Amino acid sequence: MNYEPLPMNNEPSTMNISNTKEAILSLIEEVCDPEIPVLSILDLGIVRDVVFNDDGQLEIVITPTYSGCPAMDAISMDIRLKLIEHGFKNIKITYALSPAWTTDWMSEHGREKLKTYGIAPPNPKQIVCDTELFGRDEAIQCPQCNSYHTRLVSQFGSTACKALYQCLDCQEPFDYFKCH
Amino acid sequence: MEEIDITINKNTIDSPGSSDNILKRLKEDYILHLADTTLILSQRNAEWCGHGPILEQDIALTNISLDLLGQARNFYQYAAVLKGGSATEDTLAYLRTEREFKNLLLVEQPNGDWGQTILRQFFFSVYQYLVYTQLQKSADIQMAAIAEKSIKEVTYHLKWSSEWVIRLGDGTEESNKRMKQALENLWMYTGELFMPADYETLETAGFEIALLKEKWFAKVSEIFAEATLILPANGYMQTGGKTGIHTEHLGYILVELQYLQRTYPGAEW
Repeated sequence: MNYEPLPMNNEPSTMNISNTKEAILSLIEEVCDPEIPVLSILDLGIVRDVVFNDDGQLEIVITPTYSGCPAMDAISMDIRLKLIEHGFKNIKITYALSPAWTTDWMSEHGREKLKTYGIAPPNPKQIVCDTELFGRDEAIQCPQCNSYHTRLVSQFGSTACKALYQCLDCQEPFDYFKCH
Repeated sequence: MEEIDITINKNTIDSPGSSDNILKRLKEDYILHLADTTLILSQRNAEWCGHGPILEQDIALTNISLDLLGQARNFYQYAAVLKGGSATEDTLAYLRTEREFKNLLLVEQPNGDWGQTILRQFFFSVYQYLVYTQLQKSADIQMAAIAEKSIKEVTYHLKWSSEWVIRLGDGTEESNKRMKQALENLWMYTGELFMPADYETLETAGFEIALLKEKWFAKVSEIFAEATLILPANGYMQTGGKTGIHTEHLGYILVELQYLQRTYPGAEW
């Protein structure tokens, strides 16, 4: 699994082999973002930790992409259902706000899947998060024809995490998963 | 709601002069002030849903509204934890009265036309950016985390609203006229931003709000220069929002916002 950003401290060696963090992660990898179903929540980088609490409780720590992201409730529910399906009963989902989610946590695999899906993946460097006026505009690559000859239509798109672009070569409008 | 009040009263009765209790109340009030301000602006912007001048900008404004709502929820949830008892984010948002709301007067002002909505958002975003930049350094970990989470969103709002202020101010004769009118309508509510309430102290906030005034003016002046708009001379400034003395508009906003919970208490979906 290509998943770097999650800080792992692999303590519970006494646990059953199926109850390691890696095993839990591979279970919840099947949970997808309800708005962008090609991305798993691991691709998105919103799962921050898996904790086996002393009382036998399994705690999953997730972080929202945006403060008001309406998908968080659905994602929490899906994680819970997925774990119940695999026999876990005592489950707790907690939200962590800090460190704040960033598109840097999105996996390479996730970026590729986004592009195939027709959404331009976030540029590796944050350029847009800048209050300076008339700052450099990002060069965004069209996910259809790979042209960089594109224009920003709106900084806000169909969900909080996307901006709206249009390719000036193939003329296709497309979503850009904006840097955050 | 009643239960929340009882909790507060009980605390006060238990140890009336305790400075810890006073500080606790001030801290809760400060967080509620931050929560109420973002909630009310969110509600105002959401009124544009389906009415924006073009689809993309309708979506932009409702996205901003959603960000603000998320920020408000984070603050309400934290306030509810501090208050304890039966307080939840919902009781705090849906069951407090107009006099208990501590939002800035600026954010409750009517949407007016697109220009007035843009200018209100711009004034607020500049302010919010400066305030949250300070809050990120708060010794209170949760406050710092909420600010850290929010500031990326605020940066987007600031950029978007700045560009619109310039486009409209330096646009057509009509758009310039409307921006001047919006400025006249909103300017008197900007003074309150930097006049501290009793709960806005170094102890609760970690910084002095009055000290941000100059930076706010600098940023607003920079954008206004591009927008060919002139900063008004400092005239009469209306205050009161931070302490619950509101303009007539807030009551109407709350009637709509709280209607469901007032009519069908405890309703969920």
